[in-house]
Amino acid sequence: MDWFPFLNSLRIAGISTFAVFFLGIFAAYYIARLPRVLKGVLDVFLTLPLVLPPTVVGYLLLRVLGPKRLIGSWVLATFGLKMTMTWWSAIFATTVVIFPLMYRTARGAFEAFDETLAWSGKTLGMSNSAIFWRIRMPACRQGILAGTVLAFARALGEYGATSMLAGYTPGRTATISTTVYQLWRTNDDRGAMTWVLINIGISALVLLAVNLLEKKQRDTERGVA
Amino acid sequence: MGLFVDIEKRLGAFRLRVRFEAEEGVTALLGASGCGKSMTLKCIAGIEKPDRGKIILDGVTLFDSEKHLSVKPQERRVGYLFQQYALFPTMTVEENVRCGVRERKDRRERAAEMIERMGLHGLEKRTPRQLSGGQQQRVALARILVNDPELLLLDEPFSALDSHLRFRMEGELRQLLREFRKPVLMVSHDREEVYRLSQRVIVLHDGSVETQGTREEVYRAPGTPAGALLTGCRNVSPVELREDGLLYARDWGIPLRLEGGHHDVGAVGIPMEALRPGPGENETRCRVLEVLENPCSLVLFLRPLTAPEDSTPLVMELPKGEWAAIAAEELTVSLPDAAILRLKGEA
Repeated sequence: MDWFPFLNSLRIAGISTFAVFFLGIFAAYYIARLPRVLKGVLDVFLTLPLVLPPTVVGYLLLRVLGPKRLIGSWVLATFGLKMTMTWWSAIFATTVVIFPLMYRTARGAFEAFDETLAWSGKTLGMSNSAIFWRIRMPACRQGILAGTVLAFARALGEYGATSMLAGYTPGRTATISTTVYQLWRTNDDRGAMTWVLINIGISALVLLAVNLLEKKQRDTERGVA
Repeated sequence: MGLFVDIEKRLGAFRLRVRFEAEEGVTALLGASGCGKSMTLKCIAGIEKPDRGKIILDGVTLFDSEKHLSVKPQERRVGYLFQQYALFPTMTVEENVRCGVRERKDRRERAAEMIERMGLHGLEKRTPRQLSGGQQQRVALARILVNDPELLLLDEPFSALDSHLRFRMEGELRQLLREFRKPVLMVSHDREEVYRLSQRVIVLHDGSVETQGTREEVYRAPGTPAGALLTGCRNVSPVELREDGLLYARDWGIPLRLEGGHHDVGAVGIPMEALRPGPGENETRCRVLEVLENPCSLVLFLRPLTAPEDSTPLVMELPKGEWAAIAAEELTVSLPDAAILRLKGEA
Protein backbone atom coordinates (compact mmCIF):
# COMPACT_ATOMS: atom_id res chain seq x y z
CA MET A 1 0.00 0.00 0.00
CA ASP A 2 1.28 3.44 -0.96
CA TRP A 3 1.04 5.77 2.05
CA PHE A 4 2.05 8.90 0.14
CA PRO A 5 -1.46 10.50 0.02
CA PHE A 6 -1.72 10.09 3.80
CA LEU A 7 1.64 11.72 4.52
CA ASN A 8 1.07 14.42 1.94
CA SER A 9 -2.35 15.31 3.36
CA LEU A 10 -0.87 15.42 6.85
CA ARG A 11 1.97 17.76 5.95
CA ILE A 12 -0.26 20.08 3.91
CA ALA A 13 -2.82 20.27 6.71
CA GLY A 14 -0.10 20.61 9.36
CA ILE A 15 1.73 23.46 7.66
CA SER A 16 -1.38 25.40 6.71
CA THR A 17 -2.84 24.99 10.21
CA PHE A 18 0.40 26.26 11.70
CA ALA A 19 0.28 29.33 9.45
CA VAL A 20 -3.42 29.96 10.05
CA PHE A 21 -2.99 29.60 13.81
CA PHE A 22 -0.93 32.80 13.91
CA LEU A 23 -2.62 34.60 11.02
CA GLY A 24 -6.10 33.96 12.39
CA ILE A 25 -5.27 34.96 15.95
CA PHE A 26 -3.54 38.17 15.01
CA ALA A 27 -6.23 39.11 12.53
CA ALA A 28 -8.87 38.49 15.20
CA TYR A 29 -6.96 40.49 17.79
CA TYR A 30 -6.20 43.52 15.67
CA ILE A 31 -9.39 43.69 13.63
CA ALA A 32 -11.42 43.80 16.85
CA ARG A 33 -9.69 47.14 17.59
CA LEU A 34 -10.38 48.81 14.24
CA PRO A 35 -13.03 51.45 13.61
CA ARG A 36 -16.41 49.94 12.97
CA VAL A 37 -16.75 50.43 9.20
CA LEU A 38 -13.29 49.11 8.37
CA LYS A 39 -13.90 46.21 10.74
CA GLY A 40 -17.13 45.32 8.97
CA VAL A 41 -15.54 45.38 5.53
CA LEU A 42 -12.50 43.33 6.54
CA ASP A 43 -14.69 40.90 8.43
CA VAL A 44 -16.77 40.15 5.34
CA PHE A 45 -13.70 39.84 3.15
CA LEU A 46 -11.89 37.47 5.54
CA THR A 47 -14.93 35.29 6.17
CA LEU A 48 -15.82 34.97 2.49
CA PRO A 49 -13.74 31.79 1.84
CA LEU A 50 -15.95 30.01 4.39
CA VAL A 51 -19.04 30.37 2.24
CA LEU A 52 -17.56 30.45 -1.26
CA PRO A 53 -17.35 27.13 -3.11
CA PRO A 54 -13.74 25.86 -2.88
CA THR A 55 -13.61 25.86 -6.69
CA VAL A 56 -14.14 29.62 -6.67
CA VAL A 57 -11.30 30.01 -4.18
CA GLY A 58 -9.17 27.73 -6.36
CA TYR A 59 -9.97 29.73 -9.46
CA LEU A 60 -9.12 33.05 -7.79
CA LEU A 61 -5.86 31.62 -6.46
CA LEU A 62 -4.92 30.37 -9.92
CA ARG A 63 -5.56 33.90 -11.20
CA VAL A 64 -2.72 35.21 -9.02
CA LEU A 65 -0.45 32.21 -8.52
CA GLY A 66 -0.59 30.75 -12.07
CA PRO A 67 2.73 30.80 -13.97
CA LYS A 68 1.54 33.63 -16.21
CA ARG A 69 -0.16 35.61 -13.47
CA LEU A 70 1.03 38.44 -11.23
CA ILE A 71 2.66 36.60 -8.33
CA GLY A 72 3.18 33.27 -10.06
CA SER A 73 5.17 34.76 -12.93
CA TRP A 74 7.31 36.81 -10.57
CA VAL A 75 8.17 33.80 -8.39
CA LEU A 76 8.89 31.75 -11.51
CA ALA A 77 11.20 34.46 -12.89
CA THR A 78 12.95 35.16 -9.61
CA PHE A 79 13.28 31.73 -8.00
CA GLY A 80 12.57 29.47 -10.94
CA LEU A 81 9.71 27.91 -8.99
CA LYS A 82 6.33 27.10 -10.42
CA MET A 83 3.68 27.81 -7.79
CA THR A 84 1.08 25.40 -9.14
CA MET A 85 0.99 21.62 -9.59
CA THR A 86 3.47 20.94 -6.78
CA TRP A 87 2.61 19.36 -3.40
CA TRP A 88 3.08 22.68 -1.62
CA SER A 89 0.72 24.50 -3.97
CA ALA A 90 -2.05 22.84 -1.98
CA ILE A 91 -0.89 24.71 1.13
CA PHE A 92 -2.07 27.99 -0.41
CA ALA A 93 -5.43 26.47 -1.16
CA THR A 94 -6.01 24.97 2.30
CA THR A 95 -4.67 28.06 4.07
CA VAL A 96 -7.21 30.32 2.41
CA VAL A 97 -10.06 27.87 2.93
CA ILE A 98 -9.40 27.23 6.65
CA PHE A 99 -8.45 30.78 7.59
CA PRO A 100 -12.02 31.91 8.38
CA LEU A 101 -12.53 28.98 10.77
CA MET A 102 -9.57 30.05 12.88
CA TYR A 103 -10.28 33.74 12.54
CA ARG A 104 -13.91 33.49 13.59
CA THR A 105 -13.43 31.13 16.54
CA ALA A 106 -10.49 33.18 17.82
CA ARG A 107 -12.52 36.36 17.48
CA GLY A 108 -15.41 34.81 19.40
CA ALA A 109 -13.03 33.77 22.16
CA PHE A 110 -11.44 37.22 22.35
CA GLU A 111 -14.81 38.93 22.48
CA ALA A 112 -15.82 36.77 25.44
CA PHE A 113 -12.63 37.69 27.29
CA ASP A 114 -13.10 39.72 30.47
CA GLU A 115 -11.22 42.94 29.72
CA THR A 116 -10.71 43.77 33.40
CA LEU A 117 -8.11 40.98 33.46
CA ALA A 118 -6.06 42.89 30.90
CA TRP A 119 -6.60 46.13 32.82
CA SER A 120 -5.40 44.62 36.06
CA GLY A 121 -2.34 43.24 34.23
CA LYS A 122 -1.58 46.74 33.01
CA THR A 123 -1.87 48.36 36.43
CA LEU A 124 0.46 45.67 37.77
CA GLY A 125 3.06 46.76 35.23
CA MET A 126 2.82 43.81 32.84
CA SER A 127 3.79 44.53 29.23
CA ASN A 128 1.14 44.28 26.53
CA SER A 129 2.79 41.19 25.05
CA ALA A 130 2.96 39.51 28.47
CA ILE A 131 -0.73 40.28 28.94
CA PHE A 132 -1.48 38.78 25.53
CA TRP A 133 0.52 35.57 25.91
CA ARG A 134 0.12 34.91 29.63
CA ILE A 135 -3.40 36.14 30.31
CA ARG A 136 -5.47 36.62 27.18
CA MET A 137 -4.34 33.53 25.25
CA PRO A 138 -4.59 31.08 28.16
CA ALA A 139 -8.02 32.42 29.08
CA CYS A 140 -9.15 32.00 25.47
CA ARG A 141 -7.40 28.69 24.83
CA GLN A 142 -10.58 26.62 24.68
CA GLY A 143 -11.91 28.61 21.75
CA ILE A 144 -8.54 28.88 20.09
CA LEU A 145 -7.88 25.16 20.48
CA ALA A 146 -11.27 24.33 19.06
CA GLY A 147 -10.60 26.63 16.11
CA THR A 148 -7.20 25.08 15.48
CA VAL A 149 -8.48 21.53 15.46
CA LEU A 150 -11.44 22.45 13.33
CA ALA A 151 -9.12 24.18 10.87
CA PHE A 152 -6.80 21.16 10.81
CA ALA A 153 -9.68 18.75 10.19
CA ARG A 154 -11.04 20.96 7.43
CA ALA A 155 -7.57 21.24 5.83
CA LEU A 156 -7.27 17.46 5.86
CA GLY A 157 -10.52 17.16 3.96
CA GLU A 158 -9.97 20.02 1.48
CA TYR A 159 -10.60 18.88 -2.08
CA GLY A 160 -11.87 21.56 -4.45
CA ALA A 161 -9.24 24.29 -4.30
CA THR A 162 -6.49 21.75 -3.70
CA SER A 163 -7.25 19.76 -6.83
CA MET A 164 -7.26 22.95 -8.90
CA LEU A 165 -3.92 24.21 -7.60
CA ALA A 166 -2.02 20.98 -7.09
CA GLY A 167 -3.85 18.61 -9.42
CA TYR A 168 -3.50 14.86 -8.95
CA THR A 169 -0.11 13.31 -9.60
CA PRO A 170 0.35 9.96 -7.81
CA GLY A 171 3.39 10.08 -5.55
CA ARG A 172 3.79 13.83 -6.01
CA THR A 173 0.65 15.86 -5.30
CA ALA A 174 -1.90 13.22 -4.38
CA THR A 175 -3.78 13.79 -1.12
CA ILE A 176 -6.32 11.53 0.55
CA SER A 177 -9.27 13.43 -0.86
CA THR A 178 -7.93 13.64 -4.42
CA THR A 179 -6.95 9.97 -4.25
CA VAL A 180 -10.47 8.92 -3.24
CA TYR A 181 -11.87 10.80 -6.21
CA GLN A 182 -9.29 9.37 -8.61
CA LEU A 183 -9.77 5.77 -7.41
CA TRP A 184 -13.55 6.07 -7.61
CA ARG A 185 -13.30 7.54 -11.11
CA THR A 186 -11.14 4.61 -12.24
CA ASN A 187 -13.55 2.07 -10.72
CA ASP A 188 -11.11 1.00 -7.98
CA ASP A 189 -13.83 0.58 -5.37
CA ARG A 190 -11.63 -1.30 -2.92
CA GLY A 191 -8.89 1.32 -3.00
CA ALA A 192 -11.37 4.16 -2.67
CA MET A 193 -13.03 2.47 0.31
CA THR A 194 -9.68 1.96 2.04
CA TRP A 195 -8.91 5.69 1.87
CA VAL A 196 -12.42 6.61 2.88
CA LEU A 197 -12.03 4.50 6.01
CA ILE A 198 -8.62 6.01 6.73
CA ASN A 199 -10.06 9.48 6.36
CA ILE A 200 -12.97 8.75 8.70
CA GLY A 201 -10.52 7.22 11.19
CA ILE A 202 -8.27 10.28 11.25
CA SER A 203 -11.17 12.69 11.58
CA ALA A 204 -12.68 10.68 14.43
CA LEU A 205 -9.29 10.62 16.20
CA VAL A 206 -8.92 14.38 15.86
CA LEU A 207 -12.35 15.04 17.31
CA LEU A 208 -11.73 12.57 20.13
CA ALA A 209 -8.49 14.36 20.93
CA VAL A 210 -10.36 17.67 21.26
CA ASN A 211 -12.87 16.19 23.65
CA LEU A 212 -10.15 14.66 25.80
CA LEU A 213 -8.17 17.90 25.86
CA GLU A 214 -11.22 19.87 26.88
CA LYS A 215 -12.08 17.45 29.64
CA LYS A 216 -8.54 17.52 30.95
CA GLN A 217 -8.63 21.30 30.98
CA ARG A 218 -11.86 21.38 32.94
CA ASP A 219 -10.42 18.91 35.43
CA THR A 220 -7.27 20.96 35.99
CA GLU A 221 -9.36 24.02 36.60
CA ARG A 222 -11.51 22.18 39.12
CA GLY A 223 -8.37 20.75 40.71
CA VAL A 224 -9.22 17.10 40.08
CA ALA A 225 -6.02 16.31 38.19
CA MET B 1 1.84 65.34 48.07
CA GLY B 2 -1.07 62.99 47.62
CA LEU B 3 -3.39 62.77 44.69
CA PHE B 4 -4.81 65.65 42.71
CA VAL B 5 -7.53 65.00 40.15
CA ASP B 6 -9.21 67.53 37.88
CA ILE B 7 -10.68 65.81 34.86
CA GLU B 8 -13.48 65.98 32.35
CA LYS B 9 -14.81 63.18 30.21
CA ARG B 10 -17.82 62.89 27.97
CA LEU B 11 -19.48 59.54 27.25
CA GLY B 12 -22.55 59.96 25.09
CA ALA B 13 -24.97 62.11 27.09
CA PHE B 14 -23.07 61.53 30.34
CA ARG B 15 -20.53 64.11 31.41
CA LEU B 16 -17.96 63.45 34.11
CA ARG B 17 -16.48 66.56 35.65
CA VAL B 18 -14.62 65.98 38.90
CA ARG B 19 -12.02 67.87 40.86
CA PHE B 20 -10.69 66.72 44.21
CA GLU B 21 -7.62 65.95 46.25
CA ALA B 22 -6.83 62.92 48.36
CA GLU B 23 -4.17 62.75 51.03
CA GLU B 24 -2.81 59.80 52.97
CA GLY B 25 -5.67 57.79 54.42
CA VAL B 26 -8.92 56.63 52.92
CA THR B 27 -11.03 58.93 50.79
CA ALA B 28 -14.36 57.51 49.73
CA LEU B 29 -16.21 58.36 46.55
CA LEU B 30 -19.81 57.90 47.52
CA GLY B 31 -22.39 57.82 44.77
CA ALA B 32 -25.23 55.92 43.17
CA SER B 33 -24.45 53.55 40.32
CA GLY B 34 -23.77 55.36 37.07
CA CYS B 35 -22.60 58.55 38.79
CA GLY B 36 -19.08 58.21 37.40
CA LYS B 37 -17.24 56.71 40.38
CA SER B 38 -15.73 53.78 38.51
CA MET B 39 -14.96 55.93 35.47
CA THR B 40 -13.01 58.26 37.75
CA LEU B 41 -10.93 55.36 39.06
CA LYS B 42 -10.27 54.12 35.53
CA CYS B 43 -9.06 57.55 34.47
CA ILE B 44 -6.69 57.69 37.44
CA ALA B 45 -5.33 54.22 36.66
CA GLY B 46 -4.85 55.12 33.00
CA ILE B 47 -7.34 52.60 31.65
CA GLU B 48 -9.58 55.37 30.37
CA LYS B 49 -8.38 58.66 29.01
CA PRO B 50 -10.08 61.88 30.14
CA ASP B 51 -10.94 64.43 27.45
CA ARG B 52 -9.39 67.22 29.45
CA GLY B 53 -7.64 67.86 32.72
CA LYS B 54 -4.85 66.84 35.00
CA ILE B 55 -3.97 63.98 37.31
CA ILE B 56 -1.01 64.41 39.64
CA LEU B 57 0.22 61.80 42.13
CA ASP B 58 2.90 62.73 44.68
CA GLY B 59 4.11 65.60 42.50
CA VAL B 60 4.36 63.40 39.39
CA THR B 61 2.02 64.33 36.55
CA LEU B 62 0.25 61.19 35.33
CA PHE B 63 -2.01 62.98 32.91
CA ASP B 64 -2.09 66.48 31.48
CA SER B 65 -4.21 67.14 28.43
CA GLU B 66 -2.57 70.51 27.75
CA LYS B 67 0.89 68.96 27.60
CA HIS B 68 -0.47 65.90 25.74
CA LEU B 69 0.97 63.81 28.51
CA SER B 70 -0.47 60.48 29.56
CA VAL B 71 1.68 58.06 31.51
CA LYS B 72 1.04 54.42 30.61
CA PRO B 73 -0.96 52.48 33.21
CA GLN B 74 2.05 50.17 33.58
CA GLU B 75 4.15 53.07 34.89
CA ARG B 76 1.61 54.80 37.12
CA ARG B 77 2.14 52.65 40.22
CA VAL B 78 -1.53 52.62 41.01
CA GLY B 79 -2.91 49.53 42.74
CA TYR B 80 -6.41 48.78 41.49
CA LEU B 81 -8.66 46.35 43.34
CA PHE B 82 -11.40 45.50 40.85
CA GLN B 83 -14.93 44.72 41.90
CA GLN B 84 -14.61 41.04 40.97
CA TYR B 85 -10.86 41.08 41.83
CA ALA B 86 -9.75 40.21 38.25
CA LEU B 87 -7.53 37.32 39.33
CA PHE B 88 -5.99 35.55 36.36
CA PRO B 89 -8.11 32.38 36.14
CA THR B 90 -5.50 30.20 34.45
CA MET B 91 -2.81 30.88 37.05
CA THR B 92 -2.36 29.57 40.57
CA VAL B 93 -2.34 31.80 43.62
CA GLU B 94 1.45 32.09 43.65
CA GLU B 95 1.62 32.78 39.90
CA ASN B 96 -0.98 35.50 40.34
CA VAL B 97 0.99 37.13 43.12
CA ARG B 98 4.23 36.79 41.17
CA CYS B 99 2.67 38.82 38.34
CA GLY B 100 2.58 41.71 40.77
CA VAL B 101 6.33 41.71 41.50
CA ARG B 102 7.96 44.40 39.39
CA GLU B 103 11.60 43.55 40.05
CA ARG B 104 13.00 40.64 38.09
CA LYS B 105 15.17 39.33 40.85
CA ASP B 106 13.80 37.69 43.98
CA ARG B 107 10.41 37.37 42.32
CA ARG B 108 9.71 34.04 43.99
CA GLU B 109 10.81 35.14 47.46
CA ARG B 110 8.89 38.41 47.41
CA ALA B 111 5.72 36.66 46.30
CA ALA B 112 6.12 33.95 48.94
CA GLU B 113 6.64 36.57 51.63
CA MET B 114 3.48 38.42 50.66
CA ILE B 115 1.47 35.19 50.48
CA GLU B 116 2.60 34.44 54.02
CA ARG B 117 1.78 37.95 55.21
CA MET B 118 -1.73 37.79 53.75
CA GLY B 119 -2.46 34.48 55.43
CA LEU B 120 -2.59 32.56 52.17
CA HIS B 121 0.00 29.97 53.11
CA GLY B 122 -1.01 26.51 51.90
CA LEU B 123 -3.14 27.87 49.07
CA GLU B 124 -0.24 28.61 46.68
CA LYS B 125 -1.11 25.87 44.18
CA ARG B 126 -4.84 26.57 44.03
CA THR B 127 -6.49 28.36 41.15
CA PRO B 128 -8.73 31.35 41.88
CA ARG B 129 -11.96 29.44 41.39
CA GLN B 130 -10.97 26.99 44.11
CA LEU B 131 -10.87 29.83 46.63
CA SER B 132 -13.61 31.38 48.74
CA GLY B 133 -14.60 34.98 48.07
CA GLY B 134 -12.61 36.20 51.04
CA GLN B 135 -9.49 34.31 49.95
CA GLN B 136 -9.85 35.69 46.44
CA GLN B 137 -9.88 39.20 47.82
CA ARG B 138 -6.76 38.49 49.85
CA VAL B 139 -4.95 37.16 46.77
CA ALA B 140 -5.95 40.26 44.82
CA LEU B 141 -4.69 42.49 47.63
CA ALA B 142 -1.45 40.48 47.92
CA ARG B 143 -0.89 40.89 44.19
CA ILE B 144 -1.46 44.64 44.46
CA LEU B 145 0.60 45.23 47.62
CA VAL B 146 3.59 43.23 46.37
CA ASN B 147 3.50 45.63 43.39
CA ASP B 148 4.35 48.46 45.81
CA PRO B 149 1.79 51.02 44.64
CA GLU B 150 1.83 54.71 45.54
CA LEU B 151 -1.95 54.88 45.51
CA LEU B 152 -4.66 52.31 46.10
CA LEU B 153 -7.98 52.27 44.25
CA LEU B 154 -10.73 50.09 45.69
CA ASP B 155 -13.79 49.61 43.51
CA GLU B 156 -16.73 48.42 45.65
CA PRO B 157 -14.36 46.14 47.56
CA PHE B 158 -17.03 44.02 49.23
CA SER B 159 -19.76 43.82 46.62
CA ALA B 160 -18.62 40.35 45.46
CA LEU B 161 -18.84 38.88 48.98
CA ASP B 162 -21.66 37.27 50.93
CA SER B 163 -22.91 39.53 53.70
CA HIS B 164 -21.49 37.46 56.57
CA LEU B 165 -18.03 37.52 54.95
CA ARG B 166 -18.24 41.23 54.29
CA PHE B 167 -17.88 42.21 57.89
CA ARG B 168 -14.83 40.06 58.44
CA MET B 169 -13.07 41.18 55.27
CA GLU B 170 -13.85 44.77 56.14
CA GLY B 171 -11.97 44.30 59.40
CA GLU B 172 -8.99 42.83 57.58
CA LEU B 173 -8.99 45.61 55.03
CA ARG B 174 -9.25 48.30 57.71
CA GLN B 175 -6.15 46.87 59.37
CA LEU B 176 -4.30 46.74 56.07
CA LEU B 177 -5.22 50.28 55.11
CA ARG B 178 -4.03 51.57 58.47
CA GLU B 179 -0.56 50.20 57.67
CA PHE B 180 -0.57 51.43 54.07
CA ARG B 181 0.24 55.10 54.80
CA LYS B 182 -0.44 56.32 51.29
CA PRO B 183 -3.58 57.69 49.65
CA VAL B 184 -6.45 55.24 49.18
CA LEU B 185 -9.46 56.01 47.04
CA MET B 186 -12.48 53.82 47.67
CA VAL B 187 -15.62 53.72 45.60
CA SER B 188 -18.84 52.59 47.22
CA HIS B 189 -22.55 53.21 47.41
CA ASP B 190 -22.84 51.75 50.91
CA ARG B 191 -23.05 54.64 53.37
CA GLU B 192 -22.18 52.55 56.44
CA GLU B 193 -19.21 50.87 54.81
CA VAL B 194 -17.96 54.28 53.69
CA TYR B 195 -18.35 55.75 57.17
CA ARG B 196 -16.55 52.85 58.84
CA LEU B 197 -13.61 52.75 56.43
CA SER B 198 -12.89 56.29 55.33
CA GLN B 199 -11.72 59.54 56.82
CA ARG B 200 -12.84 61.80 54.00
CA VAL B 201 -15.91 61.52 51.82
CA ILE B 202 -16.63 62.91 48.38
CA VAL B 203 -20.24 62.76 47.23
CA LEU B 204 -20.53 62.24 43.48
CA HIS B 205 -23.79 62.84 41.71
CA ASP B 206 -24.42 62.66 38.00
CA GLY B 207 -20.76 63.04 37.11
CA SER B 208 -19.82 65.87 39.44
CA VAL B 209 -18.67 66.42 42.99
CA GLU B 210 -21.50 67.70 45.17
CA THR B 211 -20.00 67.73 48.64
CA GLN B 212 -16.66 66.86 50.13
CA GLY B 213 -15.12 66.94 53.57
CA THR B 214 -14.38 64.74 56.56
CA ARG B 215 -16.82 61.91 56.97
CA GLU B 216 -18.34 63.60 60.03
CA GLU B 217 -18.88 66.86 58.15
CA VAL B 218 -20.40 65.21 55.12
CA TYR B 219 -22.70 62.92 57.08
CA ARG B 220 -23.80 65.75 59.36
CA ALA B 221 -24.34 68.23 56.54
CA PRO B 222 -24.56 66.43 53.20
CA GLY B 223 -25.38 69.72 51.50
CA THR B 224 -27.46 68.47 48.58
CA PRO B 225 -30.52 66.24 48.18
CA ALA B 226 -28.41 63.54 46.47
CA GLY B 227 -25.84 63.76 49.25
CA ALA B 228 -28.56 63.45 51.88
CA LEU B 229 -30.04 60.35 50.21
CA LEU B 230 -26.57 58.75 49.83
CA THR B 231 -25.60 59.35 53.44
CA GLY B 232 -28.76 57.61 54.55
CA CYS B 233 -31.36 60.31 54.95
CA ARG B 234 -34.61 58.77 53.74
CA ASN B 235 -36.83 61.86 53.72
CA VAL B 236 -35.83 64.54 51.26
CA SER B 237 -38.10 67.22 49.83
CA PRO B 238 -37.67 70.53 48.07
CA VAL B 239 -39.07 73.52 49.87
CA GLU B 240 -41.12 76.48 48.65
CA LEU B 241 -42.18 79.78 50.11
CA ARG B 242 -45.98 80.11 49.94
CA GLU B 243 -48.19 83.20 50.00
CA ASP B 244 -48.77 82.91 53.74
CA GLY B 245 -45.05 83.69 54.21
CA LEU B 246 -44.25 80.20 55.49
CA LEU B 247 -41.73 77.75 54.13
CA TYR B 248 -43.31 74.47 53.05
CA ALA B 249 -41.78 71.07 52.44
CA ARG B 250 -43.34 70.61 49.01
CA ASP B 251 -43.75 66.82 48.98
CA TRP B 252 -45.44 66.73 52.36
CA GLY B 253 -47.29 70.05 52.46
CA ILE B 254 -45.89 70.75 55.91
CA PRO B 255 -45.05 74.30 57.00
CA LEU B 256 -41.55 74.34 58.54
CA ARG B 257 -40.13 76.72 61.08
CA LEU B 258 -36.38 76.62 60.70
CA GLU B 259 -34.19 78.22 63.31
CA GLY B 260 -31.76 80.67 61.71
CA GLY B 261 -34.12 81.34 58.82
CA HIS B 262 -34.42 79.65 55.50
CA HIS B 263 -32.03 81.74 53.51
CA ASP B 264 -30.33 79.55 50.86
CA VAL B 265 -32.38 76.49 51.78
CA GLY B 266 -33.64 74.77 48.62
CA ALA B 267 -34.56 71.43 50.13
CA VAL B 268 -34.70 69.70 53.48
CA GLY B 269 -33.79 66.23 54.65
CA ILE B 270 -35.01 64.42 57.74
CA PRO B 271 -33.39 61.15 58.84
CA MET B 272 -36.08 58.52 59.40
CA GLU B 273 -35.03 57.96 63.01
CA ALA B 274 -35.32 61.70 63.72
CA LEU B 275 -39.09 61.82 63.19
CA ARG B 276 -40.88 61.61 66.54
CA PRO B 277 -44.41 60.46 67.28
CA GLY B 278 -46.58 62.93 69.15
CA PRO B 279 -46.84 66.72 69.04
CA GLY B 280 -43.76 68.96 68.96
CA GLU B 281 -41.79 71.11 66.55
CA ASN B 282 -43.17 71.20 63.01
CA GLU B 283 -45.88 68.72 63.88
CA THR B 284 -48.24 67.26 61.36
CA ARG B 285 -51.07 64.75 61.27
CA CYS B 286 -50.37 61.70 59.08
CA ARG B 287 -52.13 58.65 57.75
CA VAL B 288 -50.21 55.38 58.19
CA LEU B 289 -49.82 53.83 54.73
CA GLU B 290 -47.70 50.83 55.53
CA VAL B 291 -45.77 49.28 58.40
CA LEU B 292 -42.63 47.29 57.59
CA GLU B 293 -41.12 45.04 60.19
CA ASN B 294 -37.35 44.91 60.73
CA PRO B 295 -35.74 42.58 63.30
CA CYS B 296 -35.51 45.29 65.96
CA SER B 297 -37.59 48.14 64.65
CA LEU B 298 -40.52 49.14 62.51
CA VAL B 299 -40.51 51.37 59.50
CA LEU B 300 -43.64 53.43 59.01
CA PHE B 301 -44.68 54.98 55.72
CA LEU B 302 -46.70 58.07 56.48
CA ARG B 303 -48.63 60.51 54.34
CA PRO B 304 -49.34 63.89 55.93
CA LEU B 305 -53.03 64.81 55.55
CA THR B 306 -51.83 67.99 53.83
CA ALA B 307 -49.85 66.09 51.20
CA PRO B 308 -51.16 65.28 47.72
CA GLU B 309 -52.20 61.67 47.04
CA ASP B 310 -49.27 60.76 44.79
CA SER B 311 -46.56 62.36 46.94
CA THR B 312 -43.56 60.50 48.35
CA PRO B 313 -44.42 59.24 51.85
CA LEU B 314 -42.50 60.22 54.97
CA VAL B 315 -40.51 57.35 56.41
CA MET B 316 -40.16 56.98 60.16
CA GLU B 317 -38.30 54.36 62.14
CA LEU B 318 -39.61 53.36 65.56
CA PRO B 319 -38.53 50.82 68.17
CA LYS B 320 -41.04 47.97 68.19
CA GLY B 321 -42.32 48.60 71.72
CA GLU B 322 -43.04 52.23 71.04
CA TRP B 323 -45.32 51.46 68.11
CA ALA B 324 -47.30 48.89 70.06
CA ALA B 325 -48.33 51.64 72.49
CA ILE B 326 -49.51 54.13 69.87
CA ALA B 327 -50.63 51.94 66.96
CA ALA B 328 -53.35 53.73 65.00
CA GLU B 329 -54.41 54.51 61.46
CA GLU B 330 -53.59 58.15 61.97
CA LEU B 331 -51.02 59.78 64.16
CA THR B 332 -49.29 63.07 64.83
CA VAL B 333 -45.57 63.26 64.23
CA SER B 334 -43.12 66.06 64.81
CA LEU B 335 -40.05 67.04 62.83
CA PRO B 336 -37.51 68.35 65.36
CA ASP B 337 -35.82 71.41 63.96
CA ALA B 338 -32.35 70.32 65.13
CA ALA B 339 -32.55 67.16 63.03
CA ILE B 340 -33.62 68.86 59.81
CA LEU B 341 -30.81 68.97 57.25
CA ARG B 342 -30.63 72.22 55.31
CA LEU B 343 -29.94 71.37 51.69
CA LYS B 344 -29.57 73.34 48.53
CA GLY B 345 -30.98 72.73 45.08
CA GLU B 346 -33.60 70.45 43.65
CA ALA B 347 -34.29 66.93 44.89
